[in-house]
Amino acid sequence: MDQLRTHRSFISYIDRSREYYAAQGYTKPYEWPHYDNVPFTPLKKPLAQCRVGLITTAGKPKPADQLAAMFSPRALYAQPVNPAPEHLFTDDLFWDKKATHTKDVDSFMPVNRMGEYAASGRIGSISPSFYGVPTDYSQSRTLERYAPQILEWCREDGLDAIVLSAL
Amino acid sequence: MSLVARHLEANGLSTVVIGSARDIVEECGVARFLFTDFPLGNPCGKPWDAAMQRSIAGMGLDLLERAWMPRTTTQAPFHWDDDAWRDNFMRVDESNREALAREGELRRQLQEEMKKER
Repeated sequence: MDQLRTHRSFISYIDRSREYYAAQGYTKPYEWPHYDNVPFTPLKKPLAQCRVGLITTAGKPKPADQLAAMFSPRALYAQPVNPAPEHLFTDDLFWDKKATHTKDVDSFMPVNRMGEYAASGRIGSISPSFYGVPTDYSQSRTLERYAPQILEWCREDGLDAIVLSAL
Repeated sequence: MSLVARHLEANGLSTVVIGSARDIVEECGVARFLFTDFPLGNPCGKPWDAAMQRSIAGMGLDLLERAWMPRTTTQAPFHWDDDAWRDNFMRVDESNREALAREGELRRQLQEEMKKER
């Protein structure tokens, strides 16, 4: 073994955020989804024949105009992977802004890396579009509005498998 | 994000989630999860480190191919440069407890005022 430790190594963000917001005086903690049953679909064909899609929680780049940017709400979107986006908007998301940055899109959505895997034949192809889904306080909005629209886009683009990465 | 992955799986599409908030994803429960133990923001590898990113994306593809049951978690074999972020992120201690309480109070006041203006 490398070390002995008295606590688990990885952070519990459920605990950490509950304690942080409690310290700010928010007495009713956020309730995170928990399911006992988990759906599972095995891959139906070899990856080398699959079209693979990408989903991110990052938003579209904001308009340069500050006023226009203020009024551009976070929304569900689909955008071409070619050309790959050079930047995506992450300022309003929950991530560690002191420890790191998000200037390299591939550090949170592997759009160029997946393109390379398509070129090398590891996957059949990459989806023509990636999709952005806003992280939403409201789980019902995610379940009833965003998830069905994403499913529709996945079907339109003929996807077999999807890589989802949350910041 | 986990909720979307679950919806896709329930409708016949195979998914893998790549993320750094292990407890949030695992509490929700997804088919396949690749955990990167990094500060939130770079679950797919360090910025500008294409080799690491390729490796993590490749591990995600391995999971898609090889997992045979739901709730399969694997972990990327990479470490951040130091561990300071683990204690620093959303830290609450005696040094900032009063400031956090004030921040919360101010935000609630602002929200009240915005409600009145509507």
